Amino acid sequence: MGTINEDLRKQAQKLLANKEIDYFVGCRQGTIPFRSAPHAFRTEAELDQLTFDMTCSNNLAQFLHKNYKKGDKIGIAAKGCDARTLIQLMAENQFPREAIKIIGVPCCGVLDQKKIRDKLGGKPVLKYSLPSMEEILSGKKDTLTVEGKDFKEEIKLADVVSNNCLVCEYPSAPLADTFIQEGLKQEKASGSMNWLEKFEKMSSDERWEYFSKQYSKCIRCYACRNACPFCYCEQCIVDDSQPQWFGKSTNLSDTMVFHIIRTLHVASRCIGCGACTRACPTGVDLVTLGLYLDKEIKERFGYTPGLDPGELPALCTYKEDEKQDFIM
Amino acid sequence: MEQNQETKQTTKSENWEPRIMAFLCNWCSYAGADLAGVSRIQYPPNIRVIRVPCSGRIDPIFVLRCLQSGYDGVLVSGCHPGDCHYISGNYVARRKFVALRAILNFLGIEPGRVQFSWVSAGEGEKFSEVIKKVTDDVKKLGPASRLVKKD
Ligand code: SF4
Ligand code: SF4
Ligand code: SF4
Ligand code: FES
Repeated sequence: MGTINEDLRKQAQKLLANKEIDYFVGCRQGTIPFRSAPHAFRTEAELDQLTFDMTCSNNLAQFLHKNYKKGDKIGIAAKGCDARTLIQLMAENQFPREAIKIIGVPCCGVLDQKKIRDKLGGKPVLKYSLPSMEEILSGKKDTLTVEGKDFKEEIKLADVVSNNCLVCEYPSAPLADTFIQEGLKQEKASGSMNWLEKFEKMSSDERWEYFSKQYSKCIRCYACRNACPFCYCEQCIVDDSQPQWFGKSTNLSDTMVFHIIRTLHVASRCIGCGACTRACPTGVDLVTLGLYLDKEIKERFGYTPGLDPGELPALCTYKEDEKQDFIM
Repeated sequence: MEQNQETKQTTKSENWEPRIMAFLCNWCSYAGADLAGVSRIQYPPNIRVIRVPCSGRIDPIFVLRCLQSGYDGVLVSGCHPGDCHYISGNYVARRKFVALRAILNFLGIEPGRVQFSWVSAGEGEKFSEVIKKVTDDVKKLGPASRLVKKD
């Protein structure tokens, strides 16, 4: 047994060598700090660049889906949320199960660049060093070091990990062909309950105030939509102009309607990967509303997206004798 | 649904009357409203009706659009479960409404503003009861302000 990265490369190499796949989707070192870039590895020679660590924040399943062509056979290094995205996309008939070789990797969350930036008060980082995945996963190290012009700091990983990772209930792929280093599989995090508690305790006025403030930061750039693996409509409602369902400016009412509709369109499909929130340039809280809806759907319909490639999303199906306490 | 003069004014005066949009499924609730009418059953004149083929036709965006344009309340009404003329329209709609309600409530929009009912073609009485209840609820809440588009 080697390191996680060695094992991962070996698996990918085997799949490519045996021609079981056309290419392997994973991450390689990026050009800006704290972000590695998704890449389709087509040759064995490239594989020494394949890495997995806390900077692999992209949803690789979204990258795979964007590039997928019928008949492709693809391998992928999948964190829990990548795998759940794949499973959900399979439930939506986007590709067959056989087309994808899922290599599960043990995950301890991904970094949120915005949190690091805020922590450093915007000072640019020139160099940083992360402990190895093994050290983090086994609990031996829990900080990262950042260096810039005349400063050097240690930052606690827990302070700069993405919010959705803090509540992630499926850090490991629920469905995988192979899992790298099973022994390092992470436990479920606290779940969304703890996160939502503070919001559920708020009065309706306080929530309105909170969300109005959040959404008034939105500049309608649609990066959140572009980053989401489930926003793959060829014609998005926000681009419609005949009819134009809601205004395109940053008027708060229009912006709220946009966010309500986006949340509804991914309802019972969103697996909480946090890509939307990380993509947002102005730091709008997009995760909380999604988590809340997810919880409601779980409670009402007993459904969790991204677990079973054969199950329809809750909002695409129904049961006849369902609780309907809110209907007169 | 253009924003006309009527829907734009949101006065808080003594004799303020709420404006409520009702989306009624053609086969049941609309016929129920019709029955209420021909039977001369009284109900508050606060509703404006949009007839839709089925409750399944009601995209949540219709509801949001009403709230944006200044309606104080919205009622969505269809056939009872099992009676939908397209078999499953209202079942699927019911799940959609669960999600819409959850979101509105979580964002801080009063739950009473958007209400749902099943009214059959034979329930003229019930139709009038529903309209009374929605109107009363919305009156208590006062004129809508959250989500109303102000330019
Ligand atoms: S809505 Fe956000 S958290 Fe949910 S699947 Fe899309 S990108 Fe991920
Ligand atoms: S916001 Fe809605 S319409 Fe637009 S891409 Fe996402 S799901 Fe499709
Ligand atoms: S990414 Fe952020 S600013 Fe851009 S549309 Fe989404 S919420 Fe608004
Ligand atoms: S036809 Fe009335 S709800 Fe479907």
